[in-house]
Amino acid sequence: MVNEQEKNSIKLEYEIIKDDFSRAGEASSNIKKVLRQLGIDSKAIKKIAIVTYEAEMNIVIHSEGGKITVLISPNAVEIVARDNGPGIKNIDKAMEEGYSTASNKVRELGFGAGMGLPNIKRYSDEFHIESKIGEFTILKMKIYIQEEV
Amino acid sequence: MKITKIMELLNAECLVGENLLDMEVDQAFGCDLMSDVLAFINGKTLLLTGLTNLQVIRTAEMTDINTVVFVRGKKPVKEAIELAKKNNMILLSTNHILYTACGILYANGLKGIPSRGGA
Repeated sequence: MVNEQEKNSIKLEYEIIKDDFSRAGEASSNIKKVLRQLGIDSKAIKKIAIVTYEAEMNIVIHSEGGKITVLISPNAVEIVARDNGPGIKNIDKAMEEGYSTASNKVRELGFGAGMGLPNIKRYSDEFHIESKIGEFTILKMKIYIQEEV
Repeated sequence: MKITKIMELLNAECLVGENLLDMEVDQAFGCDLMSDVLAFINGKTLLLTGLTNLQVIRTAEMTDINTVVFVRGKKPVKEAIELAKKNNMILLSTNHILYTACGILYANGLKGIPSRGGA
């Protein structure tokens, strides 16, 4: 059964591949372009772009691969980033600025500063994280949008 | 500050975007950590960095940064140049180190972005 909200929404879905640094960011770039075409307020677009990009980089860097789903409705954009593990051992630690488990290779790319999850939370109006060791991590973010004045 | 002025002050070479040099930036940020760029950037900002990979351009794209200055004489990888062209960005390269390049621009009136604490 399709609920009212989904009927009026646009859904985008992207597979994110582990360690694929040459394509990392492509999904976020596409999402940003779609939002622009829809004429969404530029401040909201920037927040959504940063949130999706950090989430995409997290999947590429830390996980076995995963998926980003974006649901665009008239009042808000919902982003769900789900990966296939290995899960986060200590979520409280992972949410601290500066805490990172990234490799040196990742740090050379300019990431792994321990800012990813804190950034995602900061730019989201609603944020939820859930993780199960050996199985998955799911991030759910919501960003409210206002009509361009 | 106009990009042409920045090029002159830093003795910089234009790698991409020669037709866009009339543009202006209001403030600058110097950093090799892309997550920090994502955390701090706001407004029409110039990014100065020594990092040369594709993620610099992606990060700039996500934060609406239009102009990137590569310091220490560095040049970005080919894929980064191609992506910058597609996104209508300006890429410059200067031989100055990050500290000096930032110092020159600051001394000539281009301020840094406000810090989060408001200091």
